[in-house]
Parts: sequence; C-alpha cells; structure tokens
Amino acid sequence: MEDEAFTDISGKPISLDCQSHSSFCREFIISSPKVSMGKVMVYTCSVWLLAYAVFFFTQNTAVLSGAILVTLVGMMLHIHFVKVDHESLLVIGSLGIQVSSSYASGREITTFIEMSKIKDIVINEAIYMHQIIYYLCVLLKDPSEPDAVSSVVPLFQSSKPRLNCLVKVYKSCQEILSKCQ
Amino acid sequence: MVLKIFFPQCCNRAESGLLVGRWISGHDSAVVLAVIHYPFIPGQVKQYIQQMQAQSGVGLTVLGSWSLPKEGQESMESFLRDLSTIFPQQRWLQVSRQMGKMGFICEVVNRNQNGQETQQEAKKQNDDDEEEEKVIFVHYEQRKVMLSQLHPTESGDPDLDTEPPSELKQVFQTVARSQPLFFLDRYDDGPLKSTHWQSEGREASIIVELLKQASVPLCVLISWLLALWTWLCSIRIFSLYPLRFLSSKLSTCVQISYRTEHMRTLSSPKPAIEHKQFMRKGNILVSFLVDVGLGVLLMSWLYRDDHIATLANMLMPAADHVAKELEELLQWLMGAPAGLKMNRALDQVLGRFFLYHIHLWISYIHLMSPFIEGILWYGGLSACLGLTFALSLLSDMVALLTFHIYCFYVYGARLYCLKIYGLSSLWRLFRGKKWNVLRQRVDSCSYDVDQLFIGTLLFTILLFLLPTTALYYLVFTLLRLVVVLFQGILHLSVDFINSFPLFAMGLRLFRPYRLAEGVKFQVLCEEPGTALHLLMEINPLKCSTVVQLYRTPTYSCYPRDSWAALVKKLFVGELIYPWRHKSTKVD
Repeated sequence: MEDEAFTDISGKPISLDCQSHSSFCREFIISSPKVSMGKVMVYTCSVWLLAYAVFFFTQNTAVLSGAILVTLVGMMLHIHFVKVDHESLLVIGSLGIQVSSSYASGREITTFIEMSKIKDIVINEAIYMHQIIYYLCVLLKDPSEPDAVSSVVPLFQSSKPRLNCLVKVYKSCQEILSKCQ
Repeated sequence: MVLKIFFPQCCNRAESGLLVGRWISGHDSAVVLAVIHYPFIPGQVKQYIQQMQAQSGVGLTVLGSWSLPKEGQESMESFLRDLSTIFPQQRWLQVSRQMGKMGFICEVVNRNQNGQETQQEAKKQNDDDEEEEKVIFVHYEQRKVMLSQLHPTESGDPDLDTEPPSELKQVFQTVARSQPLFFLDRYDDGPLKSTHWQSEGREASIIVELLKQASVPLCVLISWLLALWTWLCSIRIFSLYPLRFLSSKLSTCVQISYRTEHMRTLSSPKPAIEHKQFMRKGNILVSFLVDVGLGVLLMSWLYRDDHIATLANMLMPAADHVAKELEELLQWLMGAPAGLKMNRALDQVLGRFFLYHIHLWISYIHLMSPFIEGILWYGGLSACLGLTFALSLLSDMVALLTFHIYCFYVYGARLYCLKIYGLSSLWRLFRGKKWNVLRQRVDSCSYDVDQLFIGTLLFTILLFLLPTTALYYLVFTLLRLVVVLFQGILHLSVDFINSFPLFAMGLRLFRPYRLAEGVKFQVLCEEPGTALHLLMEINPLKCSTVVQLYRTPTYSCYPRDSWAALVKKLFVGELIYPWRHKSTKVD
C-alpha cells in the first residue's frame, strides 16, 4: 500500500491506494477528503440564523421547524447522493474492469465492463474553461468492429486526480492489459 | 492466457468427485455446474451426461476432478491422474482444496495431439515464467444466476449471427439452461450422487403448482369469452360511421378495446418462452388485478353510506351554479369589462347568442336531473371492471357535460380566426401587397382605386371590432383550457395505471437478482500458493431502466405541440386539441 501526497485538480488532498492481489489483478482506490465538520457547522448555523430572523418578524414557529427539517433532509441527501467517499478501479486481466464509487452514506455504485468490450485505457486531455485537465478513461469498442471506438467511459469523475496520480494508475493498468487482452 | 473457472458456492465443501460443466468456447473459461461423487461407474457417468445434454441442450462434459480430502484420507494423486485417461478431454482440471484453508489449488493437464501429457501448475508466486497458465476462480451463487436474466436480453431469433454472446452472457445462459441437471438430489436412489444448489432436496411451491394447473382452464374460459365479445363487436351495425367515430372519441370505448387486447395476450395457451413475453404477461396480469382491486375499493366507498345520492344531489346545484356564473360573466362582458369599451352592437349580439346557448344547456340538465342518480349508480358499477374504466367514464361524462363550453370555444375561435385572417389579408392590401398562393410568398400588386377604398374600409371596421371578438375568444379559450387540463389529468392517470410495469418493479424490489444489469466482483482473501478467488455478485437493474424497458405500450397521452407552437395557435385562433393519443403499438 503506497500513500504519496496527491492532490486533485482544485488542490484538495486525496489519497491513492494501490493493491496488487495477483500478477494480473490490481485495485486502485482514490479517496476524497471527508465531510468537514467546520463546513457543516457553518451551513447549519447560517440556515438557523436566517430562520430565526424570519421567525422574529413573522412569529410563526413553522418557520423554525421547517428550517430544522430542511437542514436534516439536505444533509441526508448530500451524503447519500452527492458526497463521494472513494472511487475504485479493479482491473482483472482477461476478465474485465470494474469501476465503483461509494458515497459517504455507504451506497455503492458499481459497473463492470467485460474485456471483450475494452479497447484501451488512456489519459485524455480536456479543456475546461481556463484550465486543461487530464482524466483517465476507458475506450470501449463494439466486438463486431474492433477498430472503432464506440464510447468513452471517464474514470475517477468525482475525485479528479492530477496527472502524477493518473500516470501511476495508467502504467499499472497497461502492464496488465498488455499481457492479458 | 488466464484460465477462468466459474465455481458454484454450494460446491465449496462438496466431497471429492468429478467436476461436470461446460467449456466456454473462445474465452478460455469453464463453468462448473455440479460435482459427481465417488464411487461411480464411468459408463454410467457418461450415460448420465449424455442424457442431460439431450434434455437441456447444453454441451456438458466432465471438466476435471475435485478433491477435498477428509481427515485420515490419503491423497489420491495417482488415482486422480488415472481419471483423466478414463474421460479423454483436451484439458483436464485437477482442483483440490485442503480442509481449513480457503484457497484452491488447480493443476491443468493439457493433452496435445500426440496424446502426450504436459502438465502445468498454477501458483501465484511465479512471476518470471511466461509459459505459466494462471487460473482465476470466480465463485457464483448458483440459484441466483440460474434465475437471473442478464440485460440487454437478446430479442428475436437466437440464430442471428451478428456477434457471439459475451462470456458472462454465456455463463448465465449455461446455468439457466442446465435445470435438468439440478433435478437429481440426494434422496434419489440412482447410481450417481451429485452436489449442486438443489442437492439437499428439490424446491417447489404448492401454490405455484396449483396456480399453474388452474391457469389452463381459466385461459380457455377467457379466450372463449373474448371470442364471444369480438363476435358481438363485429356486428355490422356497429361499423356504421357515426358509431365508429363516436367510439374512437370516447375514452371508455378506447379503454375497453385496450383491455381486450391485454386479455388476448394473457389468454394465449402457449406459455411464454422468451423473457420479454413472460414479463409482459406478468405486468399485464398484475396491472389488471391492481386495477380491479382499486375499482372494487372505489365501489365499496361509493355504495356505502348513500354517497351516490349525496353526489347526485350535489350535481344539480353545481350545474346551476356554473350556469349562473357563466351568465354573470357574459353580462359583465356585455357591459364594460375591465374598463374596456366594447362595440355595443356586436357585444349585444354575441352576448345574447351565448346566453341563449346557456339557457338551452341548463334546460337540458334540468331535463336529465331525475335520471342522474340512476346514471351514477349504473356508472359506478363499471368500476368493478377496474379503476381505469371509472376514470374513463368520468372523463367522458365531463366531456358531455361541458359540451357547451366546447361549442362556445369553437364559435369564438372561428370568429376570431376569420377576423385575424381578414385583417392580415386586408393589411397586405393596405400596403399594396398580395399573397401569392402559387409561390407561397408575399408579392407586390397594383390595386384599383375602388378595391383599395373598400379594402381600407373593411380593414378599419375589422380592426375596431377586434377587441370585442378577442375578449370573447380569450374568455372561452381559458374555460376550454381548464376543461382540457382536467381531462388530461384523468387520461394521464388512466395511462399510468395501464402502462406502469408493476410486476417488473415488484421483481426488482423483492428479488433483485432476477433482473441483472451486470455483475460485481469482489476479491476474496488470498493465501500464498493458491489461485486468485473472486466473488461474482449480481448487479440489479436501476429502477428507472426497469420502468423504461418493461413499460406496456399504450396510447400514451402527451402534449402534441411544444409551448411555442401552442401559443402561436392560440394567437392565430386555430382550434387546439392539445393532447395527442398515440395509436396502440403492436409488439
């Protein structure tokens, strides 16, 4: 298990964990920083102060209970649907590639792509507003047309690691793919 | 290349024996379906496998041997090697496991063409040997994979040769088709003993079996009833023009024809072979049952506590109230509505015309008032056929009762439309232009003086009469839109009940492994010296995909025009029919 100091494209620290289960099976887990308590406190306090101000003018207690409900529901929705805890890439030679992202509430979304549909894994450049960012993606092919790229699946969408992290993952993946495709 | 062996979880602790399964061509993988235990007679094993192959259509073979030595048993290395000569195969797998250890060890014996054996061992730590055959064991839960259907399902002809199915699809298909293999359990007195997911005893449900037996005469009855109904509907008198036009407009008749189609699908005597047909039948049946259930619930509420009489008594005053409101509205329009000054003569004409119309309508309602309760009582009975019928009936009744609003709207719209067209044409004349019908464009044209004079006069008249007509048109269009909105809501809910795939949704919620979008792999703990072990779990379909895939095609009710086109039509005065009904698709 290796842990260097990687950051994502906005500068927040992330961590990369490479596990080698076998010579042809490797797993890469990129973890994003957790929900910071400071931010949670700031948001909650601001919503409640606003609600209290409205209550002060309208004297309606429904505003206060509404604010509490909104805070709770908003937090639950955020950790269940928005906040990604870690994303992982499992490469199994001659079987396929599994991409999974797990959210802060424990929910996991997994996709498995079979080796016959995979053409290659590459690092692509993209121009996003004023920056050029790099992202790792899987090129898929139709088994009936092995030369054409049918679609592109980008990896690590929420963690958005920088190039040094991507190069490491890329080199590791290519070792397996070149042997077992 | 890496050899992949799909191993069922139920056989993890099976006693030593032979591995029976199928090699998947082109992908260097094997699916293990069952383990046949010692002692056995090779001739009987071969006969059994041939029998199973004939019954299931799967290319079964003996893949190799499995050894899990109990305490005190010495290793049977040489015995196992001799087995490979009894069952001549291209490749022979020798899988072994030690009690207390989790990992398996696999030796692959290749037989090349000269009949000589070359043996390769698969161990994890040998990195530098390029000739090594590496083995992955993929553990799967046999019962779930057998019942599951991997999406996208292949549709239509299985002989279509576009591309060979993928590896996972072949694995799923192999396990699903090998059902005859799983009928042999340990209580059978046959010569062979095997281990698979059902070897502890065959599972079956009495209720399911009884339903299957009962469904045959039920299907016969339903198809006979349907034949009778179809004969009734095809009597000549019903294909006369007015009745046919009416029956295509009334949503109750449309719903009846819809349900007839559904019943026809359900009552076909052949059982559904393909997965899609099976799901379609299931969805139709469950939708129908839920519909009837909701209808009966509605009926039980309606006929209790004299609700019908209350409703009927409420209806007359409500109709009177609506008529009074409309009359007041017209009186307001005939005066100076919102401070606008109307053209007195035209105002009076239009106002009196509409007032007389309302008077006619209210007399007609009063005429029908003694029959209202009876109509409601008998109409409520139709809810026993389903909630959708009750809603369609309600929608039709609303359409009939607000027929006068529809008439007003049509009159107002036609008048306004004529006025707008007249105005635009005379405006062109005013500027010295003309519409060229041949070229579909505006061309210049020289008019005579008297043409210009009359044209300008008419233009002025129409222009100054515009606010009056426009106001009447606006008011009645708004009323019509309210009615159309209400009918649209009713139709949307009928459509929703008809088309929502309840059976597929229930299957997705309670048996998520049956509808599989893909698989998930998890690396099981590894021990040095053994092959890589993965656990394959089924990844169920997303709920939105389930709804999209298994929707029963219906006359879906959706807006015909975009918002911009609708506003344009309203402005010009064209008659709008905002909801479009797609015709029933035949799959």
